[in-house]
Amino acid sequence: MKRTGRDESAEIRLTVNGRACAGRTTSRTLLADFLRHELGLTGTHVGCEHGVCGACTVLIDGVAQRSCLTLAVQAEGRHVETVEGLATEDGSLGTLQAAFRSHHALQCGFCTPGILMSCTDYLRRVPRPTETQVREMLSGHLCRCTGYTNIVAAVLACAAATTPAEDADDA
Amino acid sequence: MKPAPFDHVRIDSPEEACDLLAEHGDDARVLAGGQSLMPMLNMRLAKPAVLLDISRCAALDYVRVEDGTLAIGAATTQAAIEWRPALATEVPLLAAALPAVAHFPIRNRGTVCGSLAHADPSAELPLCLAALDGEVVLRSRAGTRRLKAAQFQAGVLATACRADELLVEARFPLRSPDEACAFEEFSLRHGDYAIVAVAAVASPRGIRIAVGGVADRPVVADWPDLDDAALDTALNDLAWSLGARDEGEVSAKMRRHLVRGLGRRVVRRARPTAGGLS
Amino acid sequence: MNAPERATGVGTDPWLGRSPERVEDLTLLAGHGAFLDYLPVRPGTLHAAVLRSPHAHAVLVRVATDRAMSCPGVRAVLTGEDVTRWAQPFVVGVKQPMQHWPLAIDRVRYVGEPVAVVIAEDRARAEDALDAIDVDYDPLPVAVEIADAIAPGAPLLHPEVGSNIVSDRSFRYGDPETAFATAARRVAVTVQYPRNSCTPIECGAVLAEYSPGEGAYDVTSNFMGPFSLHTVMALALKVPATRLRHRCPRDSGGSFGVKQSVFPMVVLMCLAARKAGAPVKWVEDRLEHLTAATSATGRSSTLEAAVDPDGRIRALAYDQFDDVGGYLRAPEPATFYRMHGCLTGAYDIPHLAVRNRVVVTNRTPAGLVRGFGGPQVYFALERLMQRIAVELGLDPLDVYRRNFVPCDAFPFRAAAGALLDSGDYAAALDKALAEGGHDELLRRRDAARAEGRLYGIGFAAIVEPSISNMGYITTVLTAEQRARAGPKNGAIAAATVNVDPLGGVCVTIASAPAGQGHRTVCAQVVADVLGVRPEDVTVNTEFDTHKDAWSVAEGNYSSRFAGAVAGTVHLAATRLRDRLAHIAATSLDCESREVVFAGGRVHARTAPDRSLPFARVASAPHWAPALVPEGVGIGMRETVFWTPESLAAPDAEDHINTSAAYGFAFDLCGVEIDRTTGRVRIDRYVTCHDAGRLLNPALADGQVRGGFAQAVGAALMEEFRYGADGSFLSGTLADYLVPTACEIPDPVIVHLETPSPFTPLGAKGIGEGNSMSTPVCIANAVADALHPVVGTVDIRLPLTPGRVLDLLGIDDPPPSVAPTAPPATPARGTGRTMRMSGSVVVAARPEDVFRTLLDPDALARVIPGCHGLVETAPHRYAADVTIGVSGVKARYRAEIALDDVDAPRGLRLSGRGTSSLGTASGSGTVRLEAVDRGTRVDYDYAVDVGGKVAAVGSRLLDGAARAILAQLFERLGREAAGAVAPSPAPSSWIARILRWLGIGS
Repeated sequence: MKRTGRDESAEIRLTVNGRACAGRTTSRTLLADFLRHELGLTGTHVGCEHGVCGACTVLIDGVAQRSCLTLAVQAEGRHVETVEGLATEDGSLGTLQAAFRSHHALQCGFCTPGILMSCTDYLRRVPRPTETQVREMLSGHLCRCTGYTNIVAAVLACAAATTPAEDADDA
Repeated sequence: MKPAPFDHVRIDSPEEACDLLAEHGDDARVLAGGQSLMPMLNMRLAKPAVLLDISRCAALDYVRVEDGTLAIGAATTQAAIEWRPALATEVPLLAAALPAVAHFPIRNRGTVCGSLAHADPSAELPLCLAALDGEVVLRSRAGTRRLKAAQFQAGVLATACRADELLVEARFPLRSPDEACAFEEFSLRHGDYAIVAVAAVASPRGIRIAVGGVADRPVVADWPDLDDAALDTALNDLAWSLGARDEGEVSAKMRRHLVRGLGRRVVRRARPTAGGLS
Repeated sequence: MNAPERATGVGTDPWLGRSPERVEDLTLLAGHGAFLDYLPVRPGTLHAAVLRSPHAHAVLVRVATDRAMSCPGVRAVLTGEDVTRWAQPFVVGVKQPMQHWPLAIDRVRYVGEPVAVVIAEDRARAEDALDAIDVDYDPLPVAVEIADAIAPGAPLLHPEVGSNIVSDRSFRYGDPETAFATAARRVAVTVQYPRNSCTPIECGAVLAEYSPGEGAYDVTSNFMGPFSLHTVMALALKVPATRLRHRCPRDSGGSFGVKQSVFPMVVLMCLAARKAGAPVKWVEDRLEHLTAATSATGRSSTLEAAVDPDGRIRALAYDQFDDVGGYLRAPEPATFYRMHGCLTGAYDIPHLAVRNRVVVTNRTPAGLVRGFGGPQVYFALERLMQRIAVELGLDPLDVYRRNFVPCDAFPFRAAAGALLDSGDYAAALDKALAEGGHDELLRRRDAARAEGRLYGIGFAAIVEPSISNMGYITTVLTAEQRARAGPKNGAIAAATVNVDPLGGVCVTIASAPAGQGHRTVCAQVVADVLGVRPEDVTVNTEFDTHKDAWSVAEGNYSSRFAGAVAGTVHLAATRLRDRLAHIAATSLDCESREVVFAGGRVHARTAPDRSLPFARVASAPHWAPALVPEGVGIGMRETVFWTPESLAAPDAEDHINTSAAYGFAFDLCGVEIDRTTGRVRIDRYVTCHDAGRLLNPALADGQVRGGFAQAVGAALMEEFRYGADGSFLSGTLADYLVPTACEIPDPVIVHLETPSPFTPLGAKGIGEGNSMSTPVCIANAVADALHPVVGTVDIRLPLTPGRVLDLLGIDDPPPSVAPTAPPATPARGTGRTMRMSGSVVVAARPEDVFRTLLDPDALARVIPGCHGLVETAPHRYAADVTIGVSGVKARYRAEIALDDVDAPRGLRLSGRGTSSLGTASGSGTVRLEAVDRGTRVDYDYAVDVGGKVAAVGSRLLDGAARAILAQLFERLGREAAGAVAPSPAPSSWIARILRWLGIGS
């Protein structure tokens, strides 16, 4: 049992994008706010704070989840991945990010980080999804700019580029 | 939109949770996946003094096949069930209904037991528990009790779970070989709460139908195998028995219409594959 | 599909008309977007939370802040008193005695209206203190719908005006009376356009600071313009415009017009910063945004046409009412007047009559939402086009072809003054039909109907205005009023192109983009002019009113970027290039007009092999100004201000060319309706656009797809819903339904390009067309699908499954046995008023029951969750009550009243209260009748719940209220029977409530 009192400022330790880090938080601080304003990882965005829009989605221990519905204290000892971790070693765009760029799959870019994180998790589980599967997965994210078509195209193109066609049957 | 202050307690065992529930009663809320509770906290609709966070309680994170049921611990996510390779043969109704539960990132975090405890009348998992006549296990310092869905589900956001009790496990009966099921739901968008959701389980013993989204809790009816005309009558009577109400543009009439329409679809889909039924 | 291409090489093909990958994307995809919440702030910056009214209409009696001030972390609380001291009301667009302050002063007029601002060390603690502000409201009757507000005896929102109609203007062009009097046929539609919004995913945000020494405010916000509103803000703050510095961050998370509504919050946060003596940051949350930011203007309109037998329209007559909400907030009533010049749409209709009435209602003030004015006008006009075809028995396509402005008539002066610049509407229609597969849709409809399925085809033709005339809003004034106020016209755009000392090129514009890719397009424009690559051009869009070239028309609205801003960038770059040509001509030994800029180099046309690097030529004036030829000027920076010449002020007869350019869209779609669910499935959607010259086809398609998706939402699911008491019911994104990837099909996009003669690059806007065309196109298709079954019906948006089933009619056979549950009580409209009735039999005589009701101590025990009850007058009580279900509960300060006391037969029991979750009020009759075992208590109640709990929980409210009321009467029975309330069965819901409330055992 570990208790964090309502007036307490607690230090938590976690791994973010592969790097160990620590920061101070109160019991009620949301992980989204902790990442953005305590750790300075401003790629995570907040659009509704009630779990519907999906802009704040991050990976916790590899699983896509809402950081607005997660308390910072719940991330203690976890591995958190954010959009800042998607770039390749040399800082250039990862495959999924590049596919978004080449398909004009973003406009204002506010919802994009959350979408990238959900897609990252999903494509690890389902390397060659169908369009229907991609759309259902994306239904947990609201985008007001693009009308989704180009996002779907980018995800399918990324899947096709990273997975040999012969593996597709297993998906 | 930030939560009111609370004490956060990371729970490592069901015993700890029961001790704290006994101590704090209604001032405490159990946080499992938090996909319903956290929005309520952020909006300050709920302001508990203490949050009992069971999400990392290893003793509550399990899925077991035992005693003819799929036993699911309180910390187990919906995704853990959904992505279970054998689910479609173990509890096919859950396999059919889970994709309709909210969205991918929500199911990744939301728990099966949390949805049952939240008792939203439109939610899919309470409907499945009712349709399959499943059980929940409630634990307190005083002991453990098992309740059937019908005993447990008590109304809008209301269950028989006492303030000192923790819902520790849900038990969904495994499919019996002569049984087939179907699930249909109508919601305004993909992943939304159901306007009407209907599940059917057909076997040589008859048809069991369960309806969510209309009454204040899932409602179950058991029928012998019926011909089409009798089925229509039975569905219509069931639709009228639910006390549907007008709510915005979803009229009581529309809900009855959906119960009849979706009801026919699920029964037809469940019947042909059930052993012994035509 | 127009997909972006990778930028390659330094070829000489023009960049305009191509789709290079966007310059914005590397940063955004890496998570480094510069959105307001992520900008650096000064140490000591405080955070604001806004207390908002739970009432739709009430007198603000008292705002007490003492308790809030003593909350931990709180630095200041801003109230109406401060606001009246430091500010003045916003200017209003019509001459009426109405006051709109950034904070309610003596009255609230919509749910969510700001009442006070807490400024604290962090947002959470600021919100903690909101509950500690004590506010007394005296509720007033409400006017929620247009019909309520204009009814005789309606409650007046602004009593000084004497009416809720704050503007009533009539216009006539040509001779509509004669045209109608002599018309072969008259065809009319009466339609409603709902309140909705494009809800950007990033909400509003403001960072404000006040410098007492400078007497000046310094603000950064994601306000998007129009920057004519900068003057509105400065005037409200009582400072010269230069003492209100406003900056926009580089990135904005979507806007769609909606972020225009940030401006009152800019003023409010300036005042909050002044009160706190520190910089203040406010980030709007989603509940605030949906409840109180803004909305598309609701409209009720009747539109009639005088028609020849062949469908040729001779005249139109509009009678329109706009629901602008509780205040006429700038730029309203622009929703009417933006479209005024082109009210005849794509058609050659010489005679026009218009009556526009602006109505205030107890709803959130309306404002810019993508399409602004267009969705409202075209919903009437294009529904009318279909109705004409149906009533005259014509093919709708023939009606379109007969009425289109002919292609040889451009530029065409429309009846009310729009100068339609270019187009070929008939060709666009043909292209849409051919490339969109119209024949195939007809076959599908035939096949579906043969099988008894509901399939329909809809069309819509719209003229899409872009680059608004700053003078259009003055059309609301009479010619005399305009003469007194002085003329307003034009649409100035400004752009600066600059060369740095290393020869790099920088473009600065004040367009406040929100994702449209302005930086990419400007880089393309300048790359072509200067012969460099787009990636060699840096574009800065961080608008700063102190340092940028700008004027009142600046901002991210009226689709003005492609036509005005990109065009002005082209003019500035061209001017700079011409000067560089003069400089280079000397070195290249040629005439300046012979100098060619290409491939990153500069050469004489006749000697391409003898070239100089662009950077060397361009940077030279920095280092050697003395070598700059006479008359060329030093300083390699060009700022151009441009305004369309065609934009004059309204003339004496109210003709107004409302916009500089007019694009065109023709849409068709096939839909199928599911008879079981009422769901509308879009089978195919085809949209053909003529936006003049396309600067970047991928971005243009992106605008079309995005606008289309929002419009599908408007057509099928999005609406801000209000209760009959004015409570707001769409407070979360689970209540306000925005389409997801599963609901949006991929439209077939077709383009035609007839360049505008009036914009520098021939481009027009494209981003708003589908907001105007798609809702009505889908509505027409649904009407067509339903027509064979139910004939002509009133189509209202959004076409939710419930509405569609209502139109279709539901076969609802009675049950074979009487239902066990009580029959449903019909709800009143779509309001949040809950009606419920029931009876309980209690083991006590009617006299005992009655005595219980009249005894304050007993009543306190009967009312669920009552902590105490004090009699304030005969049959009047003040009570402290905790009400809730499950974990959701709140403490209400309540007034309880007993009326119509008829001992021992019955009475009326009413209560109303306010809590941090909002308001609750209920009133109903209690009838007592002696029966065998005691007394039967019959109750019949109406309960209204408002404020936050209604906004976010309306789906579950009914069940919750029902349970609480049932509990009240259950307890009444027990109390009257003299029993100490026993703990009910542990499984009961009520038992849980009792425990939460600390009552019961």
